[in-house]
Amino acid sequence: MDRGLDRPLAALVAVLLSIGLATLYSAGQTDVLGPAALAWQRQLIFVGLGFVLAIIMSRVSLPILEWATPYIYFLAVGLLVLTLIVGTGAGTAAGTKSWLAIGGIRLGQPSELAKLATILMLARHLAGRRNAPRNLVELLPACAIVAVPFVLVGLQPDLGSAIVFLGILLAMLFWVGTNGWLLLLLASPGISLMMAFSTLSWGLWIVGLTILILWIRPYVMEGLTVWLVNVGMGVMALELWNRLAPYQQNRLLSFLNPEIDPRATGWHIIQSKVAIGSGGIFGKGYLDGSQKRLAFIPEQSTDFIYTVLGEEWGFLGVVVTLVLFTLLCTTLIGIARRAQDAFACMLVFGFAGMLLTHILENVGMTVGLMPITGIPLPFFSYGGSFMLACLLGLGVVFRVAREGRRLGYGE
Amino acid sequence: MTWFHAHAVARRAETAKVVVMVVAVMLGVKFFHTQVITGGQYALQSEQNRVRRVPVPAPRGLIVDRHGEVLAENVPGYSVALLASSEDSLRSLLVRMDPLLSLSPDQEDVILRSWRRSPQDPVVVLRDAPFSTVSAMEERRVAIPGLVIQSEPKRLYPGGAFAAHVLGYVSQITEQELSDGAVTDARFGALVGRDGLERVYDARLRGRDGQRFVEVDALGRTVRDHGVAPALAPQPGDTLYTTIDAGLQRYVSEVFPAGMRGAVVVLDPRSGDILALYSAPSYDPNVFIGAVDLREWQRLSADPDHPLFNRAIQAAYPPGSPWKLLVAAIAMRRGLVNLDTRMEVPCRGGFQFGDRFWRCWRTEGHGHLNLKDAIAQSCNVYFYQLALQLGLTSFLEDAALLGVGERTGIDLPSERASFFPRSTQYYDERFGPRGWTRGVSMNLAIGQGENAQTPINVAHFYAMLSSPTGQAVAPHLVRGAGRGGAAERRLQLTGEQLVGLRQALLAVVEGGTAARSRIRELHIGGKTGTAQNAQGDDHGWFVAFAPVEAPEIVVAAVVEFGLHGSIIAPMVTSIIARHLLGPSRPGESDGRLVVPLDSVPTSVPIVPVAPRVDNGPGTR
Repeated sequence: MDRGLDRPLAALVAVLLSIGLATLYSAGQTDVLGPAALAWQRQLIFVGLGFVLAIIMSRVSLPILEWATPYIYFLAVGLLVLTLIVGTGAGTAAGTKSWLAIGGIRLGQPSELAKLATILMLARHLAGRRNAPRNLVELLPACAIVAVPFVLVGLQPDLGSAIVFLGILLAMLFWVGTNGWLLLLLASPGISLMMAFSTLSWGLWIVGLTILILWIRPYVMEGLTVWLVNVGMGVMALELWNRLAPYQQNRLLSFLNPEIDPRATGWHIIQSKVAIGSGGIFGKGYLDGSQKRLAFIPEQSTDFIYTVLGEEWGFLGVVVTLVLFTLLCTTLIGIARRAQDAFACMLVFGFAGMLLTHILENVGMTVGLMPITGIPLPFFSYGGSFMLACLLGLGVVFRVAREGRRLGYGE
Repeated sequence: MTWFHAHAVARRAETAKVVVMVVAVMLGVKFFHTQVITGGQYALQSEQNRVRRVPVPAPRGLIVDRHGEVLAENVPGYSVALLASSEDSLRSLLVRMDPLLSLSPDQEDVILRSWRRSPQDPVVVLRDAPFSTVSAMEERRVAIPGLVIQSEPKRLYPGGAFAAHVLGYVSQITEQELSDGAVTDARFGALVGRDGLERVYDARLRGRDGQRFVEVDALGRTVRDHGVAPALAPQPGDTLYTTIDAGLQRYVSEVFPAGMRGAVVVLDPRSGDILALYSAPSYDPNVFIGAVDLREWQRLSADPDHPLFNRAIQAAYPPGSPWKLLVAAIAMRRGLVNLDTRMEVPCRGGFQFGDRFWRCWRTEGHGHLNLKDAIAQSCNVYFYQLALQLGLTSFLEDAALLGVGERTGIDLPSERASFFPRSTQYYDERFGPRGWTRGVSMNLAIGQGENAQTPINVAHFYAMLSSPTGQAVAPHLVRGAGRGGAAERRLQLTGEQLVGLRQALLAVVEGGTAARSRIRELHIGGKTGTAQNAQGDDHGWFVAFAPVEAPEIVVAAVVEFGLHGSIIAPMVTSIIARHLLGPSRPGESDGRLVVPLDSVPTSVPIVPVAPRVDNGPGTR
């Protein structure tokens, strides 16, 4: 059946985009000459372009999309490989290779396309399953689908984007009904890695994990593998740490303690918190954020744009936008729930998972709740690739929403 | 049941919504904590973060003369400073500004060091910038982020060199002084008085710097110059009211024989006020303003005439004949003589003592003189005998009471103590207990021998002589500013004795050795002197006061290699005339005159007068 345009979603997106553009405009209004002064104009072009793409995507039937999924996925992986070979850096991440450029003109960041492609591919794979994966072996294909772009993006190195892939994986595995304990086992090597900063915490974790494995009683080989991988992670943690780029190490360190070196590694987080904190309850007023005006906020048009909002609109603005984001996610979840087929259902939830990861990580890092990673805030951060990816995804969501099944009861 | 069953999906959707809300609430709580609970603290940080303090230099206090004429003032000046966030950015700014600044590597070093001392403050890169440079920089403001143009009042001595040794000069604070903390309220680039009144009254003259606030961005670039936060206006330094008479001081500098070295001290014996204090050669203190011109400094300090040396208070000369008054005063106080007392041996051109014939300056001899005439004619033979009568021990004892081996305590820096033996112990140490005879007191009696007096100390002694009570407060340039030392010295003579001595000195000018410098209408008392100089021509002294009846002015002048006091007497009397009769009456002296020599014919050892070479402007 045709339910037409999902008006609540359209309204939410329109409001968020407006606030995002207004904030981006404000971020460019500084007292010092900055390159971002006209970013809002370019962003507007991207929004227009994305709007067209969204309309096109909403016209594409889902079976065609499902058919095209492997091609899109391999195209994205191919572009990621190409980026690793000929990619260039930009801005503060100039030392990394995350941009694909031809003749000096930067075309875009393939990692944004790869996120969508991974969602598609995972959706296709999981939708094809009748039941949720019941053990680690059955999780392997899904893990492999995510691991390829994860590793390629991680090699750029772009830690933030790589984490988004994990968010997508966890969200979609959850949506397919995977047992929570199994997900914990899956995530355990990562947890082990984090716990390895101190021998005591890691020791406790390993004890806890051992009890967990005995409790769940997976296959012997599986349990042993998970346990060994965890031990291996603990041992390798130091080695892996040393392999991180210095800026990554610094970011993780300054997440733990921003005051280590306020002028260098902790600078971003301190300045961001000062700006947000000084905004108080009602903010300093639109366009009047003093920290923003004086360019104290790092990357205020992209990664830290939410700081601008926090400074100028205060806690009130923060609550309003958080509510809007929450509504966006729950709306997406609602659409996923109503989706007519399993592929569409997975697709929309995967997209919601991606957005939530971005929101949690981006907003969280501005107040020091999350380590600093350079990932954009949907509808706010300046950046063509991500804006296009979001609107493209929304196009698909609108399509799904239009074809949504009527629920048996209530509605 | 597949995973896609509606019930299963609906259940998970509820869970997912809860997860989303938990995330949102978690973020919200963290923001609540940051913005609402600790918001005030961050607001404070945000203020401090973006506001930098720029000192507003206080205008230095004026120095004015006794009639309010300005001796040192301020004119508008500009200094160029930079706010830099890092050393690298400062370096690159300096490179960018090089065409305008053309700094030497040394200067650049100093700038970098001062930045490191206080990175938050603007660092002065160019002091006393010419207007063209300032406007050129203003035009390039966009290319020079962090540029701060400060108005910095510049010191000006409108009279130039005429009162340099009184006023002194100012120069930029040194790094040494900054780290010492010796100068209160110091900031880099502050001006500190280096010599003269500027140095002695530095704290009063300096005032208190104000401050204004500029807003800077994250890179330390100035964004807004005004209205950021209420500025604190600087407190100008106090005006220093001196006792100097600028007109007289200028007159002294004009009548002092050109090309000669020496000093003139003019004071009011009634109050101790210094009316003029001149040391020749002088220098123009304006050359030290702003960036010290190193070449100019080297030229001044390497000059064999030592223009920076204040001969009025830092040079000591054998006093010669003017000293005879001190011997006479001591002898009179002891009751050995009065003005009519004659000595045993009349002057026949000399005096035999021991195996040596001690000559008088007048080979024909003066005949049998009383004390008054002996003073008037400066007869050595009389004073040889007077000293022998007095005895060396009493002589030294009484002289010490009169401050002949001390500083006057004038409010100028680096005053040198005059020298006179304190007791006979000095001779025992110098020549051995039997290495000397009573002859030394004969030398001392005529102002030769182991005796070196600064012009200011001699002037102080004559101020006592000029006072109706025989006492004189310490000479000073600012009222109520006795800097310790001998606050007041006293000749313990009766009023009549003092009048008598002054009358004897009147006779000097009326008919004695300085006879031709007399000015009608004025009764000037004075004494010429010749200070023997083993290294070359003798130094000439003339010490005078007027009017003799109730002296209002004392002038002590010494001219190096001036041969003898008679030559400079006309200059001194014209100074007195200028003061007492007013500027409209030029001195009626007849110019250079040759009067009989007033000197002992044999050379006696004197304390060397070689000036102590002062250090550079950077050291105190």
